[in-house]
Amino acid sequence: MAVIKTEGISYVYGEGTPFRKVAVDNVDLSIDEGEFIGVIGHTGSGKSTLIQHFNGLLKPTSGSVYIDGERLWDDKNRLRAVRFKVGLVFQYPEYQLFEEDCYKDIAFGPKNMGLSEEEIDRRVRETAKLVGIKEETLHKSPFELSGGQKRRVAIAGVMAMEPKVLILDEPASGLDPKGRSRILGLIREYHKEKKNTVMLVSHSMEDVAKHCSKILVMNNAKVFCFDTPANVFHRAAELESMGLAVPQITRVFNRLRAMGCDISDDVYTVGFGRELLLKKLAAIKEAGR
Amino acid sequence: MLKDITIGQYFPGSSPIHRMDSRVKLVLTIAFIVMLFMAGNVYALSVGVIFTLVSFLISDIPFKMILKSLRPILLIIILTSILNLFFIRTGDVLWEWKFIKITEDGVSTAGFMTVRIICLIVGSSLLTYTTSPIDLTDGIERLLSPLKKIRVPVHELAMMMTIALRFIPTLIEETDKIMSAQKARGADLETGGLISRARALIPILIPLFVSSFRRAEDLAMAMECRCYHGGEGRTRMKQLRVHLVDFVAIFIVAAFIAGVVVMNIFF
Ligand SMILES: Nc1ncnc2c1ncn2[C@@H]1O[C@H](COP(=O)(O)OP(=O)(O)OP(=O)(O)O)[C@@H](O)[C@H]1O
Ligand SMILES: [Mg+2]
Repeated sequence: MAVIKTEGISYVYGEGTPFRKVAVDNVDLSIDEGEFIGVIGHTGSGKSTLIQHFNGLLKPTSGSVYIDGERLWDDKNRLRAVRFKVGLVFQYPEYQLFEEDCYKDIAFGPKNMGLSEEEIDRRVRETAKLVGIKEETLHKSPFELSGGQKRRVAIAGVMAMEPKVLILDEPASGLDPKGRSRILGLIREYHKEKKNTVMLVSHSMEDVAKHCSKILVMNNAKVFCFDTPANVFHRAAELESMGLAVPQITRVFNRLRAMGCDISDDVYTVGFGRELLLKKLAAIKEAGR
Repeated sequence: MLKDITIGQYFPGSSPIHRMDSRVKLVLTIAFIVMLFMAGNVYALSVGVIFTLVSFLISDIPFKMILKSLRPILLIIILTSILNLFFIRTGDVLWEWKFIKITEDGVSTAGFMTVRIICLIVGSSLLTYTTSPIDLTDGIERLLSPLKKIRVPVHELAMMMTIALRFIPTLIEETDKIMSAQKARGADLETGGLISRARALIPILIPLFVSSFRRAEDLAMAMECRCYHGGEGRTRMKQLRVHLVDFVAIFIVAAFIAGVVVMNIFF
């Protein structure tokens, strides 16, 4: 059964004012358990708005959202329970830190769930370890940390709730390449370890191609497509016309094909591309002999 | 939702009233208020009513907004009407019960006052509907600038007001975001007693303060980097200029004031 299912949801900002804006337009989706989904789309395509529907932060202007088969907004008192099931990490989550030390901040979510002291302690330490926050850092004020560390503490704060679905809105934005790959690496680690569903909003095709099992492409408030990376990147020309880029390595291979080289066109990670090229070269060498 | 709060109720548009100079609009609004208070009889007041209606039609502001501007003062309107109804005891008696006596004078005064208050609010809210807060402060600064002679820090006050106005939407947006982020972590903002609700605000207020201070520091730094040093000898990017619409508007208001005076004299 699908963990997240939406039926024709739309969301309009500023209805009845001159600033009216349809941010999500008639979206039907069905997301299965255990998947690692990448969400991409140009700026203002409605990604952030869409994901806020999945944990009941925004009420769709029309349509319904089902989490685990349960329709949201039928009973408002159930929304909090849904938020523990679907954890949402906002863009720049470090601005939500408020406690006097990191330990307490990570414990905020689990505490709201009403867990026992031991369970909270276990979860805080476990997630801190997972995201690479050292024991002594746990007792520092979050405001003393560097940007990347703050980001990791904030992400840990949501992970510690052990949500069935973890959604992250551009968790790597504004970090240096090392910070980026660290954050993405730890999210992948989390996915591998917990087998939970993960949804990752990102602007980087490379990141999405590398980590995700399925990709959701948003364009002008609508779902452009929701498919495996191979099928998505097959539509390179359409993606480019939307202002999105396919991964660089895919562009290289597309160009090679255009130049008349007989080579696969569903390459979207560097590792796989390298393998293919080596094979091809070996074959050429073989033929030349 | 928080974002539904409108502070400074500017309603963008391109009507002649929107295009007027904010200084002229301010002065004319004051003239309009004086005009309403000058009106001494029903005929004079109806001139004021016509002026209010015409201005609203020209301004292109939806009727809904008029009602919205009246809502906060509904209580005042009702209260003054009641006071006038029951406490004016001159004139023909219309209805009497024990010590309560309603007279013709009472009814007409109540009606007169109600219409005057409604016109007053509707007409002056037109100013805030058609002028962006920034233009408004700009206009106020200009009008008050003679006070600089007696060392009132007009420019500094206006700058503070502009900055505050500029950051109110940002602050609201930020609060909304932080609230959502904490709700996503299960913060419960809606239920519980007074104390637990006050406590639930901590996770929102602390990040909000932190980011406000950071923003203030950034802004101060950015202003200093651009050599901001107060109002002395400062020129403006947006020059306020009086255009044809403004002269037309001044003329119309003058005509209506004359109308009120004439009505006062002849009836
Ligand atoms: N609080 C709001 N009030 C009014 N309009 C909004 C609000 N938030 C977003 N919008 C509008 O809705 C549209 C979708 O915004 P959204 O934040 O969902 O885009 P996004 O895909 O997440 O973009 P980005 O990649 O820049 O984060 C945008 O056009 C934006 O201007
Ligand atoms: Mg976004």
